[in-house]
Amino acid sequence: MKYQYISDFFIALAYFSIPLELIYFVKKSAVFPYRWVLVQFGAFIVLCGATHLINLWTFTMHSRTVAMVMTTAKVFTAAVSCITALMLVHIIPDLLSVKTRELFLKNKAAELDREMGLIRTQEETGRHVRMLTHEIRSTLDRHTILKTTLVELGRTLALEECALWMPTRTGLELQLSYTLRQQNPVGYTVPIHHPMINQVFSSSHAIKISPNCPVARIRPAGKYMPGEVVAVRVPLLHLSNFQINDWPELSTKRYALMVLMLPSDSARQWHVHELELVEVVADQVAVALSHAAILEESMRARDLLMEQNVALDLARREAETAIRARNDFLAVMNHEMRTPMHAIIALSSLLQETELTPEQRLMVETILKSSNLLATLINDVLDLSRLEDGSLQLDLGTFNLYALFREVLNLIKPIASVKKLHVSLNLAPDLPEYAVGDEKRLMQTILNVVGNAVKFSKDGSILISAFVAKAELLRDPRTPEFFPVPGDNHFYLRVQVKDSGIGVSSQDIPKLFTKFAQIQSTAIRNSGGSGLGLAICKRFVNLMEGHIWIESEGLGKGCTAIFMVKLGIPERLNDSKLALMPKVPPNHGPTAFPGLKVLVMDENGVSRMVTKGLLVHLGCDVTMVSSSEECLRVVSHEHKVVFMDVCVPGMDGYEIAIRIQEKFTKRHERPIIVALTGNTDKATKEKFMRVGMDGLILKPVSLDKMRSVLSDLLEHRVLFEAI
Amino acid sequence: MEVVQIQRRLVDYTKSLFMEGFLDGQFLQLQQLQDESNPDFVVEVVSLFFDDSEKLLNELTIALDQPNVDFKKVDGHVHQLKGSSSSIGAQRVKNVCIAFRNFCEVQNIEGCLTCLQQVKQEYYLVKNKLETLFRLEQQIVASGGSIPMIEMGF
Repeated sequence: MKYQYISDFFIALAYFSIPLELIYFVKKSAVFPYRWVLVQFGAFIVLCGATHLINLWTFTMHSRTVAMVMTTAKVFTAAVSCITALMLVHIIPDLLSVKTRELFLKNKAAELDREMGLIRTQEETGRHVRMLTHEIRSTLDRHTILKTTLVELGRTLALEECALWMPTRTGLELQLSYTLRQQNPVGYTVPIHHPMINQVFSSSHAIKISPNCPVARIRPAGKYMPGEVVAVRVPLLHLSNFQINDWPELSTKRYALMVLMLPSDSARQWHVHELELVEVVADQVAVALSHAAILEESMRARDLLMEQNVALDLARREAETAIRARNDFLAVMNHEMRTPMHAIIALSSLLQETELTPEQRLMVETILKSSNLLATLINDVLDLSRLEDGSLQLDLGTFNLYALFREVLNLIKPIASVKKLHVSLNLAPDLPEYAVGDEKRLMQTILNVVGNAVKFSKDGSILISAFVAKAELLRDPRTPEFFPVPGDNHFYLRVQVKDSGIGVSSQDIPKLFTKFAQIQSTAIRNSGGSGLGLAICKRFVNLMEGHIWIESEGLGKGCTAIFMVKLGIPERLNDSKLALMPKVPPNHGPTAFPGLKVLVMDENGVSRMVTKGLLVHLGCDVTMVSSSEECLRVVSHEHKVVFMDVCVPGMDGYEIAIRIQEKFTKRHERPIIVALTGNTDKATKEKFMRVGMDGLILKPVSLDKMRSVLSDLLEHRVLFEAI
Repeated sequence: MEVVQIQRRLVDYTKSLFMEGFLDGQFLQLQQLQDESNPDFVVEVVSLFFDDSEKLLNELTIALDQPNVDFKKVDGHVHQLKGSSSSIGAQRVKNVCIAFRNFCEVQNIEGCLTCLQQVKQEYYLVKNKLETLFRLEQQIVASGGSIPMIEMGF
């Protein structure tokens, strides 16, 4: 009995303390979802406890109340227990499933962790690839590209060895070009037609190869199992491979081989992502190499162009220097050589005027002749160089053709008669009396041709004939490029000079017109001549839009020189005036311009006085001024001519001319303005013409020049001396 | 006969002046302008040349003596001298003036000083020669002869 009391008591205690514990712990944890169930459970336990407690009193005789309480308690307990039992049926499976779910989630978490690790590795690999690509692309130097590739790959994939095999020039072998660890790769070669190598070349993937393959046997044999080896092809692209429509997959023929080896004593294997990495890198390397090759070629081309540019520039500058040197030389030669020549000629002719013994006279005549020849030679050379420059221009003018031929005849007759040669002139009746052309140079040409005829003939006769070339005869079959065009205001003069001299052999004929080329025959050499004459004639004739040639039947059979030049027909044939055109013989006769009022403006006292002297000698009434202001003040309509010295620097003669022109509104009241200058270039002349000066004279002015200038001016009101 | 001798001496002397390049054709032109209406033309012009040149040479000496040489001014004077000398035919003076102007253009003071020396030298030489010439002419005129005209064909 006592033990039942005690046990019941403890049971009740336990039953009361359990809910307390439950409540305490549930309060602690926040997650527990079944509070309601807990309450029920608590109630159930409390009531069970209560029941057992009340049981304590029912062991003995108990009152009705206690029985009532006992019954109530038991009823309640029963109710709650049943409800709880029912509840638990629902709840326990839930609780169990929670457990399974928890297990499931744990597994899932572990799996995700693993995958996370994988992705991270892959992402790192990707980063490595990007960095590798960046490294490779950041340089355009082929060696750096390849070296960087190997280094970076080695680092990323933790390789033991990484090697690159390049095809040799012959294409039959692969040569070890770069390695990672070994510093100096020996020129190890491997024949290209190995089945394993072919396998690698035929696929664009990285392929595992056996470590026994010759390409893989490049390290000293390890102690352990060699690591796995992978090889991949690297296409070597050339510029020519890039066709627009046809991308390189189909047209590359050469590959290099990249071999990668894992460390030998690790159990590592090649993962798929690592292989993919290797393939991507190989492609990038190919692209980078092709870029480097393109760049190399374009740089080489640019360097070549620059070199050529420099060379061309140098050549151009040398040519310019040469031209300048030649021009300087010519200018100097012109002046320096003519001055002493003039002195010699002048003084020799002076000497001739004095009393001389016959021997002395002969000597002086020889000196004079030689110096005249020399002067002619100097002029010829100067003319020739000007002709070659293209700076020679014809001085066109109207002249008497008949008079020209007569003068040629007069000049040549004395020399011809000394050689007992008979010269005859035959002018066609339809030859016009006057023509427009460069009289001086035409005369020079005819004289030269006739002179040659005389020079190279020992005896016989010379026939000069001139006539107007008819249309049919104009075209010479030998010179298809000569197209004479007949027209209304011009005609072609054809002159033939036939001699019976030593003639010319047919192979020498083309050489005749080359300057300085001498025919080798001694007979001709002894006759003198520098070889320039015909060359100059040819150039003059060309300037006159004509043609010159020589016909000869051979040595000893004489030769005929023929030339045709284009001459203009003068518009108005004012015979009386033109008859006066030949030079007025110089005379110190009576004054030519009595009382002509002129104004001379010159800053330099001496030259002013000289000009005044000239004009006074010619009979003019001269007013002198020494400055532009004075000139403008003094000039009036009484002054017919104003001579203005304009080569003074700082004083602008042009402006004065303009101001004078402004002062006189009516043109016939305005004086003629003539500029005196020592400046001989064309630009000055053009400037004067533009400003409206009527004339230009070159200083120094001789008396004759001044006289003719004044007469021309007063007649035509304009004179521009040929410069 | 004395006159003839002096005349011959004059001709020889004039020829030598031309040969040595002291004078050129322009001087002959001047002589041609001298006639009865203008008997002392050449002497007048040459005297004017002497006065002008002395002045110019003085100016040039002063100008080139300055610490900062005004090349434009120097060039102007040289240009004047060149004009005068070429107007009377003083060939050597004119040539030195040309070289002088080149040095002025490049502002080479050493060259200018050298040219100034040369110009002075030439000027005094030609002055001397011309004075001798005029003395000979005066002697001829005083002896009653006439000055021979020198015809030169250039």
